[in-house]
Parts: sequence; structure tokens; C-alpha cells
Amino acid sequence: MKPESKLEKVLSSGHFAVTGELGPPKSADVGTLKHHAEAMRNHVESYNITDNQTAIVRTSSIGVAAALIQMGLEPNVQMTVRDRNRICLQSDLLGAVSFGVRNFLCLQGDHAKFGNEPQSKNVFDLDSMQLLQAVRKLRDEGVFIGGEKLEHPLPRIFIGAVANPFADPFEYRPLRLAKKIAAGAQFIQTQCIFDLERFEKWMEKVRELGLHKKVYILGGVTPIKSIGAARYMQNNVSGMIVPDSLIERLKGAQDKKKEGLNIAVETIQRLKEIEGVAGVHVMAIAWEEVVPEIVERAGLYPRPKVE
Amino acid sequence: MIVGERKPLAEIAEMLEPFRKICVLGCGTCVTVCLSGGEKEAAETAAALSLLRKDVEITTHTLLRQCEYEYIDDYAKNMLECDVILSLACGVGVQTMATRLPEKIILPGLNTKFMGYPLEQGVWTENCLGCGDCVLDLTMGICPVTRCSKSMLNGPCGGSQYGKCEISKDVDCAWHLIYERLLKSGVLDRMEVIQPPKDWSASHHGGPRTIVREDVRLETGK
Ligand code: SF4
Ligand code: SF4
Repeated sequence: MKPESKLEKVLSSGHFAVTGELGPPKSADVGTLKHHAEAMRNHVESYNITDNQTAIVRTSSIGVAAALIQMGLEPNVQMTVRDRNRICLQSDLLGAVSFGVRNFLCLQGDHAKFGNEPQSKNVFDLDSMQLLQAVRKLRDEGVFIGGEKLEHPLPRIFIGAVANPFADPFEYRPLRLAKKIAAGAQFIQTQCIFDLERFEKWMEKVRELGLHKKVYILGGVTPIKSIGAARYMQNNVSGMIVPDSLIERLKGAQDKKKEGLNIAVETIQRLKEIEGVAGVHVMAIAWEEVVPEIVERAGLYPRPKVE
Repeated sequence: MIVGERKPLAEIAEMLEPFRKICVLGCGTCVTVCLSGGEKEAAETAAALSLLRKDVEITTHTLLRQCEYEYIDDYAKNMLECDVILSLACGVGVQTMATRLPEKIILPGLNTKFMGYPLEQGVWTENCLGCGDCVLDLTMGICPVTRCSKSMLNGPCGGSQYGKCEISKDVDCAWHLIYERLLKSGVLDRMEVIQPPKDWSASHHGGPRTIVREDVRLETGK
């Protein structure tokens, strides 16, 4: 089967890929989101649509995916296992495939404690690894988790997962990546990279295990808007590393926003040089308008054309 | 053991509002050990209630276990007149009492919290959810279902940092602990195996679970 996903085509033809990210609104009005999507139309291959990120109720990622497809854009539908059991996850995936979604990103999801419905019941029927494996089996073997067969085979979908080189235990993280690949991951998007040294160490181990040849790794890049934002990520987001040197650098800069962008661009330039990094995933949530500039300045524009 | 915590006095007083003859009934097993519903706590609760209400008669009593008919029957024989029993047992005890003594009003005086153990004096922690299909053999005695905040069977998630869980700097990441224990024992390769989706039907999701053991049943019970 030939790839149907543009992201898969770009990656499989050896190009350095760029993906963007859109956070659905806390309303049913997706006008602004569509505007952001339009603005980076020529700068990214596809768009991650977050799934009630940080456990905050928002328009569903699949709902937003439909809007993007109508615009002729390609969504990467994020699916967390926090809010849906295996019945719902599999059914939602089929529904999304039915109207053209081809990229799925399987992830665990932040605990509901962090969101705006902290009293809700966390589902966690599956974990992210099991979801990945289930999606692969749906596609490759045509079977549901429970063993029943699909009535028709699925088209070729492109299956993604996340990896966090900044989480602990650090020594286990490359092994965890290997496990995700074994479960079915074809592409990986990493947590935001601010500590390049640590990322490089992780990549070293990834290469040692030969994993970069088995999966496309897209490095996560987030432009920092202010010292406050950097400090927040440093202190409040578990599984992130924001080095003090980065905060110092922002402090020393006249124009913090501009410096934030400079850092993002430099990060991408360094990532391009790392063997085994197949692309970047630019997450500029609430600052989407800067994506084109980052992509251009990083030398990734124009984007390759694929058939 | 089953760990409980006494309900706030105001909530108990509100429940007991319509009643005049109250029996505060302690339970002598788990909740005695976890200092929430034993003889001592029954006496304390009764004393506190009598300070709040002058119009009531309060007695106290403690059964060895409120979760077994045998002990309930012994008590029922000598039970003093009362309008209501405030049970300081866990939810199991309260329900067993209510089943065995259908004519009595049994109110819960505790919030039943979890199955766990005392970590240190005055601190209890949960470590088993009774999932019905134990995996402690795979994780060398650290329950991922209970102690991982996301009940992952293939952890740790990306929120694990410095040995702590993403939900709080005060909570150990269960998967970090599992990793370290497996590593130390030379069986880290266990974490390379993809654990399949769990059979939650063995868990608490499908109505009350019942175990029938023919080998120990009495003829009369059949
Ligand atoms: S795996 Fe299940 S039975 Fe075993 S300790 Fe954990 S919750 Fe209890
Ligand atoms: S940080 Fe550890 S304990 Fe907490 S949810 Fe993640 S894997 Fe589970």
C-alpha cells in the first residue's frame, strides 16, 4: 500500500519534515484556529490537533480535524487514553479515518488533575503503548483489541507516538522508544527541546540502538515568548527541562520575544545537523503566527512538494 | 488493611439529626489498626456527639468484625434498644450490618478510603485496588495499577521526573521504582515486553464480584 499521508510521503522520500500544532478552543468556534492553520499552510506538512490538552475541555481533536480536511489541510489527530476506553478510542479512530484522517498520534495524556474538570474520572483503560499496538493491529491485521475482525480493512494510516528525552529514568528512555517502535510507532514527536545537550545524549543512545533507522524522529520545538513562560515550564511542567542558561539569555535580551524566536531557530538549525533527526515539530501554542517566520529563518522554506 | 477516615463530625451530626437513641458501633479489625473506627474512636465520637446534642442517648459498642455475620449475630443478641447505629466500620462492615439487620438503620461514620498499609506512624498509603488479576510478579512487588497515577502497565509516562510522579512532587513515580527494582535484579528486560491491555472485567467494573469455593462451602449453604 502506498502512503496516503503527506507527512509520511515527505518523510519517506527523505525530506526534513515540519509539523505544526493547533490547540482547539474552549468553545465551538474554530474560526481563529482555522485562521492560524491557514497562515502556516505552506510552512508545515501537517498539524497536530491536541486532545483536550492538559485535561482542559476543548473542541475535540477529531472535530477540528474535519474542519482542516475541508480546508485541504492534513491533521495529525492526537489521541490520549485519559478520557476514552478502548471501545471509544477504536470507534473514534474509525470515524476519523472515514472522513480522511490518515495521521494519528497515540499518547497517554496529562492527568485530569491538571485540567478544568479535576473531579472527573480518569479512564486509562489502555495505556499509550497498548493504544499504539491496537492501532497498528487495526490497520495491519484488521482486528479489534477484543479479537473481532473489521468488516473492511483500513487504508494506510501513519502512526505516531511521543517520546520525552527529558523525563526520567533517562537511561530507560531510549529503551522505551524501542518499545514504542515495536508497538507500532512509525513517527515520533518529542517533548519540547530546550536542553540540546540532553537531547543529543538521548539521540546518541537512540542511534546506538539503531532506532533512528526504524522510526522518523521529529524534534519538538517551542518558541518561548517571555521569561515568565520559560520559568513556568521550568518549574511547573513535569518532564520538561528548561536550563537556567536559557533563562539568563532571555534576561539579557532587549526584545524577549525576538530572542525567543532566535532560540527556536537556532534549535532547529542544530537539530538539522543531528544524525537521525528526521524533522521538527513546531509547537507554538498561543503564538501560532510566528511559525512561518521560524520555518523560513531555519531554512526550511519552501516545503518540498510530494505526490 | 482497609483504611478509613472518620467523617467530619458536622456531617455525622447532620445524619443523626432525626434520631435520639444512637449506638456508635466500632469495628475491631482494620479500622482499629488504622485508628479510625475502633473502640477508642467510637468512644471519642460518642463523647463529641454528646457535647453537640443534649437530647440524645448514646451508647457505644465494638464488634471484632462488622463484616461477618457471626460477630453481628452475637451483638444482635445483646443489642440495646437504639434508633440508629452509627457504624464506624468500613463500607464492607456497614453493608454487612445492613444486610444482616434489615430492620435497623445503619449509617456510615467513616469514609472508606482504600486498601493500604501504614507507611509510618500516622501515615497510610494505598497500594492495591483489588483489580482481580494481580501483576505484582511482573513488577516485583510494586503495583502499577494502584501506584501509577495513570494505571499504566507499560510505564513510565513522559511526566516522570526525578523519581516523582507528574501529579505531585510528593508522590513517587511507581514506574521509576519498578525500573530501579528490575534493574537491580537484572531483569530490566521485562520492561521491554509490551504488556497487553488489561482485563478490567476482572476488576470492579461489572457489578459486585463474587467468589464461590465449593471446597469450603457447607452443605447447607448450597
Ligand atoms: S495488580 Fe491488582 S491485585 Fe495486584 S496489587 Fe495491583 S491492584 Fe492489587
Ligand atoms: S509519572 Fe510515573 S506514576 Fe505518575 S503517571 Fe507517569 S508513570 Fe505513572
